Order: sequence, then C-alpha cells, then structure tokens
Amino acid sequence: MSENQTKYTAKDFKSDQEVRWCPGCGDHAILNAIQRALPELHYDRERYAFISGIGCSSRFPYYMNTYGFHSIHGRASAIASGTKSANPNLSVWQITGDGDAMAIGGNHFIHAIRRNIDINIILFNNEIYGLTKGQYSPCSKFGSVTKTSPYGTIEHPFRPGELIIGAQGKFFARSYDGNIKLSSDIFVAAAKHDGTSVVEVLQNCVIYNDKTHEEVLGKENRDDRIIILEHGKKMIFGKDGNKGLALDGLKLKVVTIGEEGYTEDDILTHDAEEMNPGLHMMLVNMQYPEYPVAFGIIRRVKAATYDDQMVEQIAAVQATAKIKCVDDLLNSGATWDVE
Amino acid sequence: MNKKANAVQLDEVTIRFSGDSGDGMQLTGTLFSNASALFGNDLSTFPDYPAEIRAPQGTVGGVSGFQVKFGHKEVNTPGDYCNILVAMNPAALKANVQWVKNGGTIIFDSNSFEPKNIARAGFKTEDPIKELGIEDFNIIPAPISNLTKEAVVGLGMDNKSILRCKNMFALGIVCYVFNRPLSFTEEYLENKFKKKPDVITANKLVLNAGYNYAETLEALTPTYEVAPAEIKKGKYRNMSGNQATAWGLLAASEKANLPMFIGSYPITPATEVLQELAKRKDLGVKSFQAEDEIAGICTSIGAAFAGNFAVTSTSGPGLALKSEALGLAVMTELPLVIVNVQRGGPSTGLPTKTEQSDLNQALYGRNGESPIPVIAASTPSDCFDYAFAAGKIAVEHMTPIILLTDGFLANGSEPWRIPSMSDYPEIKAPIVKEGTKDWMPYARDEEKMARTWAFPGTPGLEHRIGGLEKDKLKGSVSHDPINHEEMTAIRDEKVKRIANHIPDLEVVGPKEADLLVVGWGGTKGHLHTAVNELLEDGKSVALAHFNYINPLQKNVAEVFARYKKIVVCEINLGQFANYLRMNLQQFQYLQYNKVQGLPFTVIELKDHFNKLLEE
Repeated sequence: MSENQTKYTAKDFKSDQEVRWCPGCGDHAILNAIQRALPELHYDRERYAFISGIGCSSRFPYYMNTYGFHSIHGRASAIASGTKSANPNLSVWQITGDGDAMAIGGNHFIHAIRRNIDINIILFNNEIYGLTKGQYSPCSKFGSVTKTSPYGTIEHPFRPGELIIGAQGKFFARSYDGNIKLSSDIFVAAAKHDGTSVVEVLQNCVIYNDKTHEEVLGKENRDDRIIILEHGKKMIFGKDGNKGLALDGLKLKVVTIGEEGYTEDDILTHDAEEMNPGLHMMLVNMQYPEYPVAFGIIRRVKAATYDDQMVEQIAAVQATAKIKCVDDLLNSGATWDVE
Repeated sequence: MNKKANAVQLDEVTIRFSGDSGDGMQLTGTLFSNASALFGNDLSTFPDYPAEIRAPQGTVGGVSGFQVKFGHKEVNTPGDYCNILVAMNPAALKANVQWVKNGGTIIFDSNSFEPKNIARAGFKTEDPIKELGIEDFNIIPAPISNLTKEAVVGLGMDNKSILRCKNMFALGIVCYVFNRPLSFTEEYLENKFKKKPDVITANKLVLNAGYNYAETLEALTPTYEVAPAEIKKGKYRNMSGNQATAWGLLAASEKANLPMFIGSYPITPATEVLQELAKRKDLGVKSFQAEDEIAGICTSIGAAFAGNFAVTSTSGPGLALKSEALGLAVMTELPLVIVNVQRGGPSTGLPTKTEQSDLNQALYGRNGESPIPVIAASTPSDCFDYAFAAGKIAVEHMTPIILLTDGFLANGSEPWRIPSMSDYPEIKAPIVKEGTKDWMPYARDEEKMARTWAFPGTPGLEHRIGGLEKDKLKGSVSHDPINHEEMTAIRDEKVKRIANHIPDLEVVGPKEADLLVVGWGGTKGHLHTAVNELLEDGKSVALAHFNYINPLQKNVAEVFARYKKIVVCEINLGQFANYLRMNLQQFQYLQYNKVQGLPFTVIELKDHFNKLLEE
C-alpha cells in the first residue's frame, strides 16, 4: 500500500454520529485506540473500510469517518472478504464481538482466517451478549449465571486464540480495553501484517457482565496476573519483574528468578515469528490462576495471502490468454458456420 | 464414409442413451449431439441423471440417461418420446422403456442381459422383452461388451478399462444409423486424451468397431438421414443453460465496465455457473468458492459495496439460506445478481430434477417488506440474454435481482447463433464521481429511483451503510416512523418502475383467440411446440410466455383481455397463476400443473388444450 504524507490526527477519523454505547463501556476505549492508531499508518482515509456484524461492538463503523458497513449478524468476515477481494487496495477492518464471531459467525470467521485474506479483525470479548441484554456467549466462563443460564452454563467456553491458531491463524494478539497504548500499538502492527490478523480485546460490559475480567485485570494484582509478550524479549512479568515462563518438559511453568535454581537464562524468549504453533498455543491457553494471561502479539508469521494470490493468478492467466473479451470467448472452442 | 443411397429421409428423430451412471451416457449423448449440430441439424438435449454419482451398478436407481432430438426443422424441445433407445443394461431398459414411442427401436447390450443383471434390474422373469410386452418393437440385441473386448484385443488393457470404452461402441452404431461422420468424435478423443495415447487408440478402435458392426447388421438397414435444418446463416456453437448464464453475466460485466466477482457455493444443478466463471481468470473474474451459501452471497454483497459487478449462484435450498442477506442487499440498495437454478423441492427434494417451485421463494422469501425483481430464462441459450438483462437491471436500478432458471435449462443444450457484443446495449452504472459536492448516499434518480454508488477508495465520499433502516437522503440510521414508511414505499416503487425499462410481452399466434396459453421460464420450448402444432391444426390458440415476473410488463392486462380463456401452465402447483390472480384480478385463470421433476410433454399439453378448446 502506498503511503500518504498527509498526517491525520485521531479527530479526522471521528464521524458526526453520536456515540451510543453505555457510559463506562469498554468499547469507548477501543474506539479511541483505533482512532489513535490510524494516523500512524499514513494511509489515505478513503482507503479504510470498517465492516461489522451485529452486536454492541458492531455499531463501531458509524463512529468512524471512513467507509463503513454495518451488516448482519455473524457475516462480517464474509462481507469483508468480498470487499477486500473486490478491491485489494483497501485497508479492511472487521469489528466483531464474541457472539458475532464465535457463535453465529463461527464458520465465516475460521474460513477467513484459513484463507489468510488480508483483513484486520478486532474481536471485542466481553463474554456476554450485550445488545440482547445479557445471555451467555460461547466465551462465557463455565457455570456463568445469565438470563439464559439461570442455573449456570454447562458449556465449555471457546478460547478465541486457541480457535484462531487451530484455524491456521497467522496473526493473533490480545489486549484489553483499559490499555489504549497497548491496543493502539497492536492495531498498527495488525494493519501492517499481510494476511488475516485477529486482535482479541478483553472488554468490559458494564451492564450485563461487569468485572468479568476483573480477577485478572484488576489494578491491584494485574502485574502479577498478566504477561505482556514482546517479540525477542524474555517472558518476564510480575510486580517485581522477577517471575517468568520456563519450559518444564512439554509444559509451561511459572518460575521465580533466583528461586529453585532458576536464573534468567532459563526464561523463554518470545518468538512470535516461529512457524510451529506449539508454544503459541500454550501461551494463548494460559489461564489464571495457574498462569498469567498472555497479552501482546502472540503469533505473527508470514504466509501467502488470499488477495495477493488472487491478483497474481489472474495476472498470470491474462499474460498468456487468447481470450481478451467476451466476443473472443463466444467464438472460442467448437463452433461451426451455417451458410 | 459416403452417404448411403438407400437412406430414409426423416424430419426429426429423438434418441435416448441410457446406462449405468458410470457408463458414460452423458458423454455419448453430448458427442452425438455435437456431431449432429456440426452437421447442421437443429437440436435440443435433455440429460436425465440420478442424484447418486455411482448408485449400485445395474439397478434402476442408478440409470443415467441423455435424450437428444435433432431435426431438419426448428427443434424447441428434446422430444417427449424417443424413436431409438440405447440401453446398456437391463436396468436402463426397464427405467426408460416408458419413453420409447410405440414400435420404436431398442438397441441393447445383449451381453449384459444375463440372469444376474436381469434380476438386479427387478425383472421377475428371465425375458425382459416379453415381460415388458415390447416384442413388437424393433428390438436389436447387440453384443456390445464382447465386441468391445474383441476390438481392443492385443492392446493389453485390463477388463475395467476395456468396458469403459463400450459407450463408444454404442455411439459408433448410432452414428452409422444416422450417417454421422466419426471424424468429430475422433477429434474430440484426440484432444481430450492428448496425454493418454492408449486411451485414444482404444476408444477409436471401439468407435469404429461399433460403426462397422452396424454396417454389417441387416437389422439396422435402412439407415436414416435427417437433413440439415434451414437455420439462419451465421456462426454457431452449442450452448447449455448454465454456460449461457455464466457467459451472459460476463457480458453484462463487460458492458458495465466493472470487474466481476462471484461468491458461490457448489450445489446441484447450479454448480456449473460457478465452474464456468472460475475458468474465466482470462477475463479477470474473481471467483470465490465460499464456505457456505450465506458466505456466497455475503462476499458478493461485500464486493458490490466495493464496486464490483457481483453475482452469486445457487439452487432452491441455497436461496433459502441466502434470504437474510438478500434483505441486506435490498436495504443497502446494492446491485447484485442472484442466479437460482431451480430443482425439485422442498428440502433436498429432487436435486437432479427440474421444477419451477421456487417462484414464491424468489418473490417473497424474506423478512419485512422486501421487494426484489425476478426474471426467468426460457431456453438453454436465452439464459445468456436474461443473465445479461439481470445484470443490466441490477446495476442501473441499484437493486439485487433474482434470475430463475431450472435444471432442465441448466443441463439442456441447443445450437446458438453467436451474437456480437456490439449488438448488446451499454450498461450505465450510477457511479458517483470524485469531487461530487454535497453527495448523499440515499438521494436518488427521479425516474428510476435508484440511489447512486460510491466506491470505497474514492476521496471525499466516505459513508456508512448497513442493515438498519436508512434515512431517506443521508443513508444514516433512522428509527423515525414516517421515514420508515416512506422508505418502504420507495423500495417498492423502485422495483415497480423497472417496468418502464423492459420490453412488452409478446404473443405467439393470433391477436385474439379462444385460448391463451400462459407460461414462464423453462417450459417455453414445450409450450411453444404444442401451440405451434395446434395452430397448424387450425386451432384458435396463442401463447404468452413470461420472462419478466416482477415487475410484470405493462401490457399484460391488455394482452390477456383479448382471449376468451387463459390457462397458466407450470411445473408446480400454481405459483405464477396465483401471482397473476393477485396482480390482475379481473381475469379468470385456468391451470395446468405437473410436479414430477420432469418437463411437460408436448402430447399432454396438446391433449389438455384441445379439451379446453372443446369445453
């Protein structure tokens, strides 16, 4: 994509529509993070298309002063795939939630990822259906009491990262609504990545699932309960910066540097660009209290994209094709003349 | 191979090839049809095959058939009943004997008529001919399997490969009987199996063996000749319905000067539309095989949003899955062609059989007040023209449109005089230019009521669309009650105004008559032939065949008023008849319906019309 010298500010990406999410909703912060990220990309504004499905998060395109499409429940991955294929020069973003992407849109979601079409998917995960007022989602914690599970859910939740890597995802990152800087940096990286990128943002629904992420993200204990991974850096975390992740056989283990004979050398170094998804899978699956929850860019590997290959295939065929227009086609193959 | 002096001249002949679904009957029929087309006959074909790819060998359920009618005169149907049946086994005979004219010729592979196969076909005795009561027919047992084996002795082929050639033996026999040169088929084999010279040799040997066998067999004399038809001068090609649909869409994309995108999911009998377009990378087609029917239409909607000529293809069950997204295309007023190749329903129904029972679904199968124009093709080759027309309406009126074809049209084929694209009109997309001041996404053209189309990537036209109700000018979300009512009326009126841009309904036959036969879509060939034959008999009858369903053409009421009786004929329980009752209540509609997964026969139509004329 060519870059434009014109510098935008976050304000240039705000539309004239009144933002209608609940006060205190995590979506506001994610919107801010996007509007902060886009100026850093230097793309012309008209090249952005924000495409969403249905749900609270899916109102997002209305608030962006870009091209936008608020579509139907679960189908944003398919619509975005069509838009990107039709015009590969666009920067296409899909805004979705855990109900939209993981339930009704699951099929489109995994296939977009499998194809590695160059769209950026931002998955707002609040572990609840907000717009329909509080039913459990495929990401709700086991046993969650909601309006449709008054006695607690008996379903095992999806961990989006696990599903994404299982679908051959090439880019997966995790952030949380409260950390605009982290989200914004990840969005820039996701946009620059060629191929499908998925960013899961843990988001708080203040009305129907308040504090669902609090155990991990609550300010008091956050530093000990999360790890922000950076490519090429040691997997170290904790208030005192002395905890880390090491391999124990085939499993990850939380260790304290200086205890049980562990030194910094024993701590793993994060390699987001490793093709083998084994370690990435372990990282996305880490859950508190056994492990810290992983944030940052967990996986970012290169692979041919659907849209590039589509363009290349058409160009290759056209280079040697005898049929250049419909008239050529109609007159090709077996024909005969009637005198 | 010179023409034989004692050949009998015929105006038209119908042949049905039948065998196990793995016997290559579709290919045999196609090759014979192509040879006949090349020879200058007019023709029409009808493949009749089972849903199973390889049903149990030798059973009636696994029989695959291919019927072709070719003639010295205009041929509009593949024929009701055949003059000649080729049956490769007892099951093929049993399944198809009902389609042979009384006293017709039946050529069968006598080697396959052994007790085990006869029993497997469900015959109760060991003499199928007697059991079927067809001893008076011209029965020609030919040892096709054995002679096929003999023909390739010494080539070192295994038994399975040898028997795969036996369809060429049957083709050789038929080519002899109708004085068709083998050169066309030989050329086909040489091209098809370029990399397998052994296969070419074997098939050619068997083809010639069949031809020579027929020559030495007295039962097959005299031979027949069907002289070339007097058809309009020009360059011709054979065209099947699905191919014509795909190519017509390409033509529309070219005339609209927009790149083509097809998002689609394989489904019988529509798959060839996607396959044909997937081949056309040379014309820049972006073909996207989606993960399901819903993604098929949704990727197309996304592509239409981005400014491509967008298409999706499907059959009945797939259209059902696409309904919600159709509503989105209505609400966002994006151009999109949805091809529905109808098959027998409901549910999975009869996937390989034809029916016209998706009309109601096409007209009404959505939530809300959700009008969509519907048009229907009526012959295999006019699928090209109606696919083109669908594309033109979609783009110029900024609307999704459903093009109905059916299994009979999709798989049938006929010779087609190749047009020039210069004969087709331009398609003018209402694209908004960069720099347009004060542009509003839902402001519309006064006459057509189409909104304009701004492509993402155009500076200054950034806007948002979606499935929520739109403000009638700005296109932003509006929950205003009056706006909703106005928008509902606008969407309705926009589709109605298409009637100002389509040709009038034409009538075959006299301007006034006792009986007007009304049909729509794929039944045209049969209705046309039946009405023509009645006109030759001096009957007071005419045909009005519909291609434009929603909206109806403006002169329909004026046409209907000129006839004493109206009979609406369709392959369903009366969906179009009811639609006419609703829209043109001043007329009485009689119905003729058939729902067997089969086309009408000309004979049954004529019988019925004669009865109506006598009443």
